[in-house]
Amino acid sequence: MSDARQDVLAAVRRALGRGDGATPPSSGRAVPQVTGDTARHAPDGGPTRGPDGTPRGYRGPTGSAGQAADVDLLVDRLLDYRASVRRCSPDELPAVLAQELEGVPGVVVPAGLDRAWLADLDAAGVEVLVDDPAHPLSHAALDAVGAALTACRVAVAETGTIVLDGAPDQGRRVVTLLPDRHVCVVAHGQVVPGVPDAVALLGEHPERPLTWVSGPSATSDIELVRVEGVHGPRDLRVVLVG
Amino acid sequence: MSAVPLGMPGRRVPDGQVGRGPTVGRGRGDAAVHPLPATPPSDPLRWGPSFPEAAHETLADPQLRANLRRATRTIRDKRLAVTGELPDWEALRDAGAAVKADVMERLPELLVELEASVVARGGTVHWARDAAEANAIVVGIAQGHGVREVVKVKSMATQEIGLNEALADAGIEAVETDLAERIVQLAGDMPSHILVPAIHRNRAQIRDIFAAGMDDAPPDLTDDPHDLAMAARAHLRARFLRAEVAVSGANLAIADTGTVAVVESEGNGRMCLTLPRVLVTVMGIEKVLPTFRDLEVFLQLLPRSSTGERMNPYTSMWTGVTPGDGPQEFHLVLLDNGRTRALADDVGRQALHCIRCSACLNVCPVYERAGGHAYGSVYPGPIGAILTPQLLGVGDTGGPSGSHDPTASLPFASTLCGACYDACPVKIDIPSALVHLRERATHPGGAATPTPTTAAMRVAAVALGGGTRFRWAARGVSVAARLTGGRRLRRLPWPGSLWTAARDAPALPPRSFRDLWRRRGGRA
Repeated sequence: MSDARQDVLAAVRRALGRGDGATPPSSGRAVPQVTGDTARHAPDGGPTRGPDGTPRGYRGPTGSAGQAADVDLLVDRLLDYRASVRRCSPDELPAVLAQELEGVPGVVVPAGLDRAWLADLDAAGVEVLVDDPAHPLSHAALDAVGAALTACRVAVAETGTIVLDGAPDQGRRVVTLLPDRHVCVVAHGQVVPGVPDAVALLGEHPERPLTWVSGPSATSDIELVRVEGVHGPRDLRVVLVG
Repeated sequence: MSAVPLGMPGRRVPDGQVGRGPTVGRGRGDAAVHPLPATPPSDPLRWGPSFPEAAHETLADPQLRANLRRATRTIRDKRLAVTGELPDWEALRDAGAAVKADVMERLPELLVELEASVVARGGTVHWARDAAEANAIVVGIAQGHGVREVVKVKSMATQEIGLNEALADAGIEAVETDLAERIVQLAGDMPSHILVPAIHRNRAQIRDIFAAGMDDAPPDLTDDPHDLAMAARAHLRARFLRAEVAVSGANLAIADTGTVAVVESEGNGRMCLTLPRVLVTVMGIEKVLPTFRDLEVFLQLLPRSSTGERMNPYTSMWTGVTPGDGPQEFHLVLLDNGRTRALADDVGRQALHCIRCSACLNVCPVYERAGGHAYGSVYPGPIGAILTPQLLGVGDTGGPSGSHDPTASLPFASTLCGACYDACPVKIDIPSALVHLRERATHPGGAATPTPTTAAMRVAAVALGGGTRFRWAARGVSVAARLTGGRRLRRLPWPGSLWTAARDAPALPPRSFRDLWRRRGGRA
């Protein structure tokens, strides 16, 4: 096996004209020729090449979050994916969640979820199962429960994307996979304008397992007819709080 | 039922023998669905006749052409809409092209860095020089866990190496879980599009394929796409829940963190990447990206170019093993299989920049008409026409050459219109690469050997080289024009047949320019 490793790496070096024994360059990106006129596309005439040599004339991280316009854009995008969206204040959240979970026999929540959110579920007749990493629920149990309720790490307005990173209020990946309904709570302050903002935030913990969700699962494999809900949750409900 | 288990296209059956999986039908007198292509491929990268011959067959299928026309047009329009709404789309393409060029320059260092990152997070990294070696690694892992079945996420790399057949040979069933891949697998087909592999099948055919191939298909299954998708959901759910080993490809892997990503729509990817205890990911070495930050470029370029969505429904990323969450054993197989061969060519190398979005297929006038099967490779379309020949070493000494070799004919399967270049999210200059590879295919090893074209040019040089000779040649054309009645010429005798094998010759003019000039009183 180590032979294959040496052979592949040697073949790569030979292909690059370096010869087998060449020492790899220490660091830094090679700066390739770019065919397009990147400067033309750079917003605000800003720098078109990052310190790593890559032309980054596109819109990078803005550092902003929770802007009203971005929250509105997120709602628009989510509706376009045919996810359902509710907006409410923090005080209204328990009642809204009880409504969103109406009709399911039970809901699974990750152990680190804010328990205050669950205040109205008992009255609504929704049983709460807690998935604790120390005592994880079986796949069969998760497959049988009707819904999952979680928080999220960040939401991207421009693409209508919600990202889960496995933090204690989001839980194991399987928790939001097997139940047919996923109710996800997004705080206004978690809404960023674009993908680069989200990547910058997630890069603080790149080791965490990430799930990017943009609407309910879907397929267009048969005559390009869109069918919503194949294997993942068929029903995505986003509750925006702020 | 056949002795071959359903869902196992026996692609490794030697040519001339029947037996690539069953021909499926409802068994109640309905029309049977025959595998496409009809001839069993013996190599996922090189099967069937040369492109012109294969295209003759596929062009004669009006159903296929109608499917392709509608599908490619739909995706094309969606892609234009979502790329058009980004003010910085061109800057993203520039960044994507630059990152990929940089990756090729620093590939040895990045691969070593990726390996170290994955190992540091509890994963195991394997290296494979070729398809057989990669297959042996995956089979070995599956056997080590004593499983008879693995679930699979749609992956071009595992199709390229014929992994499903290698697993079948070891008595292990590979269950494709992407809807289109499952259709293709149950039918015993080869995929015909990178993104929509069953684009060559319509709903009625798919209903028949499911009814015959799924032991748990509902008896009253209709051909409504929603019904068909729900039948697949129920059929695969049980398999997801019992699976112990999953096999996936990778859309990208990040060297500095060891993060691997799979981009998908249906959730079958999430199932495979989350439920089983063991995960094996097979990835071409060119898929590595330097830094986590590079995600901000490729997670914008890929979905918009591929399905024409602002973002695909699900993207999963994992970094080695996360205790208590998902697979507790992770293997990453780094695959060469001809990639270093492509890397050695300064011009052709850009084929390795490909992120498998399939935008070039959807804009290609040749693909739209000929379809994916005409390319005789799991990589069809414009990108396939430059990637497949290089993976197989066209133009290398001893490699495939000549216009009759199925692989060497691929660089000629293009009008060089350039639509693919405009659509490519990482700006691969496919037309230039095609011209370059045509030269390599015609002159293997770089030698300027005489070809039919050079011979024809020599004859032309003689005819055009003197006024008298030219006049006699023109008279000859006039005679031929009268004989052919001014019609376009579909078939010429040799050596003209080299031209008319793939195209018509224009109608011959009844009079030459010199004749016309003289009649109008001019002087030569």
